[in-house]
Amino acid sequence: MSFDRRRFVRTASGALAFVSSYGLLARAGIAQTQPIKIANILDRTGGLNPYCLKQIKATAMAVDELNAAGGLLGRKLEIIFYDSQSNNQLNSQYATQAFARDKVDVLIGGVTSSSREVMRPIVNRFRGLYVYNALYEGGVCDRRHVSTGMVPAQQIEPLVDYVVNEKGAKKAYILAADYNYGQITSKWIQKYLREMGGQDLAVEFFPLDVTNFAPVLSRIQAAKPEVVWSALVGDAHMSFYRQYESTIGKKNLMLVGTVYGAGRENVALSPAENEGVIMATSFIDTLPTAAAKDFVERFKKFSGEDDYIGEYGEYGYRGVMLWAEAVKKAGSVKPDDVIKALGGTQFNGPGGLYTIDGQTNHTVMDIHLAVGNANGGFDLLKSFKQRQPVDTQQVCDLIKNPNDNRQYEPKL
Amino acid sequence: MVQQFATGAYLVLFSVSTLVLISLGLAVIFGLMRVINLAHGEFIMLGAYCCVFSVKAGMPLWAAFAVSALAIGVFGVFVERVIIRHLYGRLVDTLLATWGLSLFIVGAVTTFLGPQGQGIATDFGNISVGSLNLSVYNLILSAIALGMLAVTWVLARHTRFGLLIRGTMQNAEIASAMGVSPDRVYMVTFGFGSALAGLAGAVLVPLTGVSPTLGLAFVAKAFITVITGGQLPLIGTATASALFGTIDGILAYVYSSVVGEVGLLIVAVIVLRLLPSGITGRMRSGL
Repeated sequence: MSFDRRRFVRTASGALAFVSSYGLLARAGIAQTQPIKIANILDRTGGLNPYCLKQIKATAMAVDELNAAGGLLGRKLEIIFYDSQSNNQLNSQYATQAFARDKVDVLIGGVTSSSREVMRPIVNRFRGLYVYNALYEGGVCDRRHVSTGMVPAQQIEPLVDYVVNEKGAKKAYILAADYNYGQITSKWIQKYLREMGGQDLAVEFFPLDVTNFAPVLSRIQAAKPEVVWSALVGDAHMSFYRQYESTIGKKNLMLVGTVYGAGRENVALSPAENEGVIMATSFIDTLPTAAAKDFVERFKKFSGEDDYIGEYGEYGYRGVMLWAEAVKKAGSVKPDDVIKALGGTQFNGPGGLYTIDGQTNHTVMDIHLAVGNANGGFDLLKSFKQRQPVDTQQVCDLIKNPNDNRQYEPKL
Repeated sequence: MVQQFATGAYLVLFSVSTLVLISLGLAVIFGLMRVINLAHGEFIMLGAYCCVFSVKAGMPLWAAFAVSALAIGVFGVFVERVIIRHLYGRLVDTLLATWGLSLFIVGAVTTFLGPQGQGIATDFGNISVGSLNLSVYNLILSAIALGMLAVTWVLARHTRFGLLIRGTMQNAEIASAMGVSPDRVYMVTFGFGSALAGLAGAVLVPLTGVSPTLGLAFVAKAFITVITGGQLPLIGTATASALFGTIDGILAYVYSSVVGEVGLLIVAVIVLRLLPSGITGRMRSGL
């Protein structure tokens, strides 16, 4: 038959309708067949990656386990990973991209406090949900933000108590990284020290790229403290622990680290450099519980790596699982629904029982004080069950003020 | 009082030596060849990795230093043959090419060696001056840095080889008319400068550890020192390092590391404003 214009238009529109019917059905159909998207923004490269490399794999393992169990609400989970390269500009760019272009259902990531403060306003702007898996200086009061890591009342208070009262080291010299985490954490250390009868001789701040600590080591020796507190962060600052051991020695002067261990320093440094550093943690690989052992085994099998995992690796796992519990409780993946279900959400994880406190969106967890040993690991000193994030609870009440959006800082 | 002076002297010595260490390789290449090697930081980083792997393979530290210097020297010769050789006299092009090379090296190291940091420990301990402990390794580093300066000076001044290099730098045409191949001289000089950079990385790694982005921490300071030093590579680098190292060492001791760095940069700005061609810019002879 000959194709005149009328016939052509008829045939073509029929073909078009036929071809697009699948797309129309799929869209009208059901977003149910579309996966739930998780944006994971972490530093795979750059000076902050010691905190992230295991967390990236642990997050992937958690998603893998959830998918193997059938996914969430009948949908599979999918991770969209962005390498922020230890550069806050990329955190901001990728967070915006995740919500605007990739339309993710939740943002999980960021390790430094500066990257968190860069991404929080973006999460608020897009009315999303942000799960922050890291220990930090406390005080963030934002219903769209969930913290699964330790805050000062959980970590620093028992550390100061132990060092001042049990070890008798009252005169302290404090070193901290020069950004919001170091500045606020050093204030917390000073606050707790003064409350418990200790004395802070000096506080010094170091930009993240400083590797020469010879001047401050000389100043420390001149000041004659009884203990040195370190809130140093990142790859470059790891050289402080090397230089401290070769110049002063932990046998001669006690050293406490608030972020020590989180960057897997016990693996990167030599056994002698690791031995003797006192720290507080909510998870180490050698916790004497079945849950911890099982997690370490599964991680080794999943990742193919058999070296030390550490607290930040476990944070990645617990963050995804806690969020998943909240999603199951809410019956929906929409941020506002999940936020309503956060309070009271619990998960039994590798480090024990985790409970999200609805008043602050922070997590109640078991805390352990530990000291580095000569085998590249940690020995437990004391354990505390289910410590509350008291520092943030004292200033933040999301139930009364759900629109609160700021970070509270301690006053000395 | 004596204690404070000893501490100050130690910190100044260490600061000056670190600057000499990281700048000497760049000074040799820039001062003698007028080639701006923006991948200098990456050569340092490769030397550091070489040292870490050598020590982990069981070599003693001194052997690891030698191996790193040699390996990066060879790598430098390779880079010169493949890239730099085609770009002599073209300043902006060498800038671009070496910048691209630095990005490539960082990416390659991240891909093949992984992004995580690594390090080695030193068992050198400390010595006591009064009630103050000084790290022995810092003193060793200072000795090596000043030794590198001395060896380079001796090589340039008192060997035939140094004479050939200086002659070619002064006037390549006449040198070639006298039977010296400028091509060969440039290749060896670039290799020597790279070996110095590799050795710097190896010597620094017990203190700082190494990761793919290590070069970024050093390249800026090295450039400031070399540019402020002026056209004579050895005298310029030595005086610029002495000046900046003293300022940085004293300020860092009295106030803090941040003040030390800021002070160093302010002094660099002032010096370059007063002496635009660098400290040795006006000097006619010398090395």
